[in-house]
Amino acid sequence: MGTVRRHLFIDADADTVWGLVGAPERLHEWFPTTSTRMEGNKRWITLASGITFEEDIVTLDHDLRRFQYRIVNNPIITSHLGTVDVIPDGDHRCVVIYSTDMEPEVLALPIGGAAGVGLAALKERFEGNS
Amino acid sequence: MGRKILFITTDQQRFDALGCNGGIYARTPNIDALAANGIVFDRAHPQNVVCMPSRSTMLTGQHVSTHGVWMNGVPLPESAPSIARTLHDVGYSTALIGKAHFEPLLDPFLRFTENRLGAHRVTAEPGHDPHRGFDHMELATHGAAGQLHYSQWLREHHPTEIGGYYNVLDRELQVNAEGGGDTGAPQVKANPIPREWYHTDWVAERTIAWLDSLPNDRDWFCWMSFPDPHHPWDPPASELHRVRWQDVDLPAGYIADANERERVIDDKLRHWRGWYDGTFVSNYEAPAKWVPSTLTPDQVREVNAFTHVENELIDEAIGRVLAAVSSRGWSQDLDVVYTTDHGEFQGDFGLLFKGPYHVDSLMRLPLIWRPAPRLGMKPARVGRPVGLVSLASTFAHIAGLDQPSYAEAPRLPVDDADADSLGHERVLTEWDSVLFGKIVHLRTIHRDGWTCTAALDGTMNSFGEGELYDVTADPLQHVNRWDDPSVRALRDELLADLWSNLPQQQTPLRTMDAPV
Repeated sequence: MGTVRRHLFIDADADTVWGLVGAPERLHEWFPTTSTRMEGNKRWITLASGITFEEDIVTLDHDLRRFQYRIVNNPIITSHLGTVDVIPDGDHRCVVIYSTDMEPEVLALPIGGAAGVGLAALKERFEGNS
Repeated sequence: MGRKILFITTDQQRFDALGCNGGIYARTPNIDALAANGIVFDRAHPQNVVCMPSRSTMLTGQHVSTHGVWMNGVPLPESAPSIARTLHDVGYSTALIGKAHFEPLLDPFLRFTENRLGAHRVTAEPGHDPHRGFDHMELATHGAAGQLHYSQWLREHHPTEIGGYYNVLDRELQVNAEGGGDTGAPQVKANPIPREWYHTDWVAERTIAWLDSLPNDRDWFCWMSFPDPHHPWDPPASELHRVRWQDVDLPAGYIADANERERVIDDKLRHWRGWYDGTFVSNYEAPAKWVPSTLTPDQVREVNAFTHVENELIDEAIGRVLAAVSSRGWSQDLDVVYTTDHGEFQGDFGLLFKGPYHVDSLMRLPLIWRPAPRLGMKPARVGRPVGLVSLASTFAHIAGLDQPSYAEAPRLPVDDADADSLGHERVLTEWDSVLFGKIVHLRTIHRDGWTCTAALDGTMNSFGEGELYDVTADPLQHVNRWDDPSVRALRDELLADLWSNLPQQQTPLRTMDAPV
């Protein structure tokens, strides 16, 4: 199983950041995907290469500020669980943690890389140039 | 007009691949002619023995600890220094044609420019500065998969040939262990593709096309980068007659007796035996499901034969490009630098591929600098140690520029006396791999005929362990003298020199965004 984890501290309160991260239909606003489509507990995301992933939303817990999803019905990906946590660190700071566990294990690496881009975009969005 | 620069690289080529370096199978007359009229380096090492870190060193003139591309899959930042940008800024036209690999190849998000250029079928991104200083990038890698230009060209013009290439990855996206050829050797396949559509010839043809686009009075820097002879070993089947594997002797570095082979491996750092037995695959560059101890003598011979064929095709492609340069009247002003990014076991120690193994199989590289003939410089063989880290300063020197401020090593010397005056005393090589909990860190110095490798703490090795080879007396590095009391003082002196000359590693290490 390939396991990666990325995290970033953001100088913004957890509820504000969760307002975006906890809206799975808005993924393309911060993660390097080109489009997002939702139907119930299903989500489809499209990458710049044209690849589309079908996903099941497993957890959307606004109290815990945890989002979990699985890539499903994929000819290559046999196992996947993605987890995004937004955890307060005081009143005005939080840490966003993006974890991926998957088979084939090597695919966890580019997803981890994309998560790094996404977290940086969140930080830029909520901190601006400060 | 100034001097033009043709920088030719291969991928994963051994020192002894070429006739000028004692190779006896592949006929390499064009490269040998460059060597006969130029400077041949007998002890050139890379600063890392896999592609992305080594190529990043070539471009930046920096050791791995400085540029930070510590393993394949770690992208070189777009803001990193680039000798191509330096040359571009003084008026050179610049191109990279063939394999770049400063950025990960496995890139489903199309985050990286190299892949976007290929996917969008352009040679530069409109509205952007030249990527890394190259006006023109037309890219290829090992085979038909992926987004790069050669793959797109093959898909568009010769789609039926795609399946003729060996599948580099298996269904689990691991480097494929499937055997082929006559012997079942991993990553071997006779490729039915016509020779003129194979990537070696494509790289040469695209290079000639770019040169044809330039005006006569333009100074230019062209990095012509062949993906071969890196695995998979799948040259055009029509060319296999050149070197029949049945006619190839086992290489000197292959230890036929299994007990002796394992004794030699057991005398090295522990990760060697772990890989040999298939229990410790520390890096993505070799098939995870292949067990090296199963390698047969005939498989070694077949891999070597296919490699020799690929090397011949490269030499012939170089000949065509040099003829095209000549037809433009540029020959007298042309500097040619030829090298590779790292070596290949090709059967040494009963192993194939590469990894954290700092011996000559992977570290001793072909390197030739044929200065512009109009200068009338004397041919030479240089025995002093040099590194690919000197290439950027060399290109600057050819262009009449001082050593760039970002470059960490002086230019290549023109003979041993020049090497001494420039301070070419030692060459350093680093290894860092962290792959899902399997960790190897090595630091190596070569000087005064000795290669000394210190392990840092990792999964199988601990700081204080290492390898020490007298490369003159033991050219195959079969005897590890790390614990030999008679050379303890020498070892400690080498280690002190290593630690005092190695740049401080940039920490935290940058993230690994792909396996390769």
